[in-house]
Amino acid sequence: MYEKPLPVLDPESQPYWDALKQHRLLLKHCRACQRSHHYPRELCPHCHSDDLEWKQAAGTGRIYSYTVARRPAGPAFKADTPYVVALVELDEGARLMTNIVTADVESVRIDQRVAVQFDDVTPDVTLPKFRPV
Amino acid sequence: MKKREAVIVGIADVPLQDGKLTESLCVLQVQARAARDALRDAGLSMRDVDGLLSTGMWGVPGPGQMPTLTLAEYFGIAPRFIDSTNIGGAAFEAFVAHAATAIEAGRCEVALLTYGSTQKSEKSRNLAGRPSVLTMQYETPWGMPTPVGGYAMAAMRHMHEYGTTSTHLAEIAVATRKWAQLNPAAMMRGPLTIEDVFASPMISDPLHLLDACLVTDGGGAIVMTTAEHAKALGRAPVYVRGYGESNTHWTMAAMPDLTRLTAAEIAGREAFRMAGIGHDAIDVAQIYDSFTITVLLTLEALGFCKRGEGGAFVSSQRTAPGGVFPLNTSGGGLSCAHAGMLGIFLLIEAVRQLRGECGERQVQNARTALVHGTGGTLSSGATCILSQS
Repeated sequence: MYEKPLPVLDPESQPYWDALKQHRLLLKHCRACQRSHHYPRELCPHCHSDDLEWKQAAGTGRIYSYTVARRPAGPAFKADTPYVVALVELDEGARLMTNIVTADVESVRIDQRVAVQFDDVTPDVTLPKFRPV
Repeated sequence: MKKREAVIVGIADVPLQDGKLTESLCVLQVQARAARDALRDAGLSMRDVDGLLSTGMWGVPGPGQMPTLTLAEYFGIAPRFIDSTNIGGAAFEAFVAHAATAIEAGRCEVALLTYGSTQKSEKSRNLAGRPSVLTMQYETPWGMPTPVGGYAMAAMRHMHEYGTTSTHLAEIAVATRKWAQLNPAAMMRGPLTIEDVFASPMISDPLHLLDACLVTDGGGAIVMTTAEHAKALGRAPVYVRGYGESNTHWTMAAMPDLTRLTAAEIAGREAFRMAGIGHDAIDVAQIYDSFTITVLLTLEALGFCKRGEGGAFVSSQRTAPGGVFPLNTSGGGLSCAHAGMLGIFLLIEAVRQLRGECGERQVQNARTALVHGTGGTLSSGATCILSQS
């Protein structure tokens, strides 16, 4: 039984989570300014255009910042401590919150290259996590 | 007609013992007592109040969702100016700004600001993330200890870009403790060294337990009116000379730059511009200290030092008693008390300094004070510049 918080899907996020179930990471891409963003929005947060499309991300990037959680975000995460929570900047430019999957939390560094790893935490939800490459 | 000038004329906070209320009270009682005492301090009564500004984290879901409705009912008033904008810890600095604007525009004569929290008595705080809906569905599932993990990531990035160290951060905790040692009302009054901060448990790298604020109960109230009205009451007013506010993000991935408080930059710039003074004119500062890194980032954002130079700015106990930059003179959220939203308590301490009521911790010749609140996770910022004249 998976006891950690799960995303509550909504009409805007449904395609994002559906793609993750198929192990594809999607970003919203703006045809007007050619920039990608995450999380998916109705208007581009960079240029405010509504001319947006879904694009599949390469799934690679670098660690923008991170922390090692020595205390858990609630009881469900207790068994995982210490674990790494990070902001990864994808090569497409968008930033996302994730975990760095590693046996050695002390080895994690800012600017480290990482690649996506899909974690099927329930039959309905796949979380994108990242591992050092 | 002479321009109406908004002033703070009454303040009060409720007494705590070891961070808890000294008697068992609900959050509405806490605010009623603070309101009563602040109005008494002003020489006014509840029937004079025609502006009500409040927000908090109590009664949600329930009557706290629309706090001014509940409080107006509870107090038995029908205000003609109301504001319950919730931007977290910066809300009360923004409320002083909004109340000042309303008073000067003639929309109200006496504004009452109240805050209360019983979070310590209720043991209601933990590090769990926010409900995983809407924008938070993209963050909460990964288990960031909340909110400390967000501040930790900002600290980590600042260290990476500028060479800031854990020693720099600990300097802030140590200096703040020295102020608390001068304040009989502070919760943590024992001696503290940089080594003690390092020896405290790591919570979320690079932040130790002693880089984090206390979790306490608390209640406070502020009464504002016009300078003319304050004079008629025979009270020494504290003038509101400048203010500004902004907010940028809620999720951490959307914070534009983790080393930079864009909201504080905007708020501070507006406040200094309105006050028409420079940084040298600030005699004492009260800057939101949810975590040590919050202070360092805010000092840079407000322009007290250049970006990346916050570490040097706080080194050698420059912000401690006797230092060149008196900061968080009550002992702040780190060592005095932190009742969930610190903003109103920073304002109360600034007013006490400007009135010369601070006893052993009184900053000599404190004429002008800067107060800056931070809310969310480095998300919102609001600045007030207050003065004696």
